[in-house]
Amino acid sequence: MPREMMFAEAIAVAITEEMQRNPNVVFYGQNMAMTDRDPFVRKFGKDRVRITPISETAELGIAVGAAMSGLHPIVELYMAEFMLVAFDEVINEAPRLRYMSGGQVKVPCVFKAGFGFAAGWAGQHSNCTYHAMMGIPGLKIALPSTSADAMGLMRAAIRDDNPVVYLHHYMLTIDKGPVPDGEHLVPFGVADIKRAGSDVTIVATAWMVKKSLAAAEMLAKEGISAEVVDPRTLAPLDVKTIVDSVKKTGRLVLVDQAPRHASAAVVIAGEVAEQGFKYLKAPVKMVTALDTSVPYSETLESYVLPSEQKIVNAVKSVLAMQAAAV
Amino acid sequence: MVPANQLSKDRLAWMYTQMLRIREFEERVKRTFVEHPGVIRGHAHLGDGAEASIVGALATRNDADPVMPSYRCHGYPLVLGTPARALMAEIYQRRDGVCKGFGGSMHLSDPAHHFPTASGIIGQGIAHAAGVAYAAQVKKTGQVVYSFFGDGSSKQGAFHETLNLAAVWKLPVVFVLENNMYQAYTYYKLEDANAIAGDPLSQKAKAYSIPGATVDGTDVLKVYEEVGKAVDRARAGQGPSLIESRFYRLSPHGNAITVPPVPTQFQEHEAIEVYGNKAEFEEAKKNDPILKFRAQLIANGTLTDADAKKIEDSVRAEMDEVVKFALASPLPTPEDAVKYVYA
Repeated sequence: MPREMMFAEAIAVAITEEMQRNPNVVFYGQNMAMTDRDPFVRKFGKDRVRITPISETAELGIAVGAAMSGLHPIVELYMAEFMLVAFDEVINEAPRLRYMSGGQVKVPCVFKAGFGFAAGWAGQHSNCTYHAMMGIPGLKIALPSTSADAMGLMRAAIRDDNPVVYLHHYMLTIDKGPVPDGEHLVPFGVADIKRAGSDVTIVATAWMVKKSLAAAEMLAKEGISAEVVDPRTLAPLDVKTIVDSVKKTGRLVLVDQAPRHASAAVVIAGEVAEQGFKYLKAPVKMVTALDTSVPYSETLESYVLPSEQKIVNAVKSVLAMQAAAV
Repeated sequence: MVPANQLSKDRLAWMYTQMLRIREFEERVKRTFVEHPGVIRGHAHLGDGAEASIVGALATRNDADPVMPSYRCHGYPLVLGTPARALMAEIYQRRDGVCKGFGGSMHLSDPAHHFPTASGIIGQGIAHAAGVAYAAQVKKTGQVVYSFFGDGSSKQGAFHETLNLAAVWKLPVVFVLENNMYQAYTYYKLEDANAIAGDPLSQKAKAYSIPGATVDGTDVLKVYEEVGKAVDRARAGQGPSLIESRFYRLSPHGNAITVPPVPTQFQEHEAIEVYGNKAEFEEAKKNDPILKFRAQLIANGTLTDADAKKIEDSVRAEMDEVVKFALASPLPTPEDAVKYVYA
């Protein structure tokens, strides 16, 4: 009997249960565990749950060293942009050390951060920065769009022996969704078909999955059957499921909240062009943010970012084999 | 910690031997660039001149204490017990190298001998070392972690953030700032506010309210005593200390940066090459930590001149064999390059 859970709650439950399961899991970050009344501190104590100063390089570097020494740290970073301050640790330390050591060490850690906060948080706090982390050998990236996936991927991330960047979209935080009972695990590298369809494949990430499902509803009223595929993890990336879907529908629309060349869309488009070209009846279409920073005022912000209507327009243009201005 | 003046003859002889092994190993690496060009690729950084600082510090260890050096990392695993032939083979890009040819000079690793990794990015290993100490604290292992880094990295954000957080969490770590007065080509008084004001770099400890001390890094027993005090404090749960160990590196920062096919080798020390200060370099050579310790051991009767010569001959023979082994070692199989990406 699945339970209804908020997205953020599903993540917190996963962390709690994994910390109960494995005494080596530790959890720390800024502005958390401030007092003894904190639920994580009460459950797991001040060795395993700590507050840190604003010191991302030290926080992430300590996670790397602790991970090499038998702990499994989860670092709460709050916003993916804050990782940029310490990006050497994310890109050039955590995923490299195992390889450079010839496989002698492993670095099991989770860097947890929210992202994409398109609610007036403006240019430095609303971004999608995962492009800079994709394709880094040794680094895994989780990007859930539902409560069930959020829980399953956090569990899997904590059980993974590799460095994982776990990104949870801020606009999904209070969305409720069913979560299976028991030890629900979602494997990395397995995409999920969120809505089956036959006329077009829409591949979307995080909050864009929700928008794409809404767009699919709008399209269904006009007799267009859209299949919505959620990669769930950007690294490893399940290209096979996407290509199999394109084989079925012959058409591909990619929806990602990042600007065009910083999007997962552009990476997936490249893969499909190489591996699924013979299945395409039309060119692929990418629905991404415009090439600007995210502006503050709502009229500006919604102009820049993808929307249900932009997705609908893109699907129709691909079906008509026209290049519509999106 | 056993006081320096109560160390056994065997222990003192061991210290002398390890200092010689480091010097001889580094000399062979340096000569390889001239005698066998192409065998060593990229950038190698030598610790000749650091022997007293390295051995004096590591002589304070309990066997399970982890050691986290910078990319100038050859000397530490030699002392910890990593086979020298595996280290040389790694530097020579061979599959019998300690990292199977995947890392090279800057990224040696031997967790089995308590040397997890070294980072090639200046300062970042300081944070890693604090992480190793955090694990020791949570798991209550009683280990103390040694974090070695140069004066250059003491201006990196990682240094400042880590010292603060290690102090807040009272982590069992000793931070050894190896001040050899040069950060690559930059003389330290061009870039360090404490140095320009005539203050020691150990003063940085005051910013984090932790104990700090400056020690003559060319005197192995002085290093042993000062680091020993810091280790005792850390093991007693009193948190980190910053020990500034002052010595001179006898080689330049690394082999000259060239683009293939231009061959590379070690040139003159920056003091001469960049600053025209030959006198400073010659003074440092006269102050050689190995010659000083040798004289000290003979003067106090720990070793005879014949004893010392015997050790020197055996170290030379060891490193002859090490180079021979490494040169004869096979290169890695190319297809192995896709291994070890994920655990």
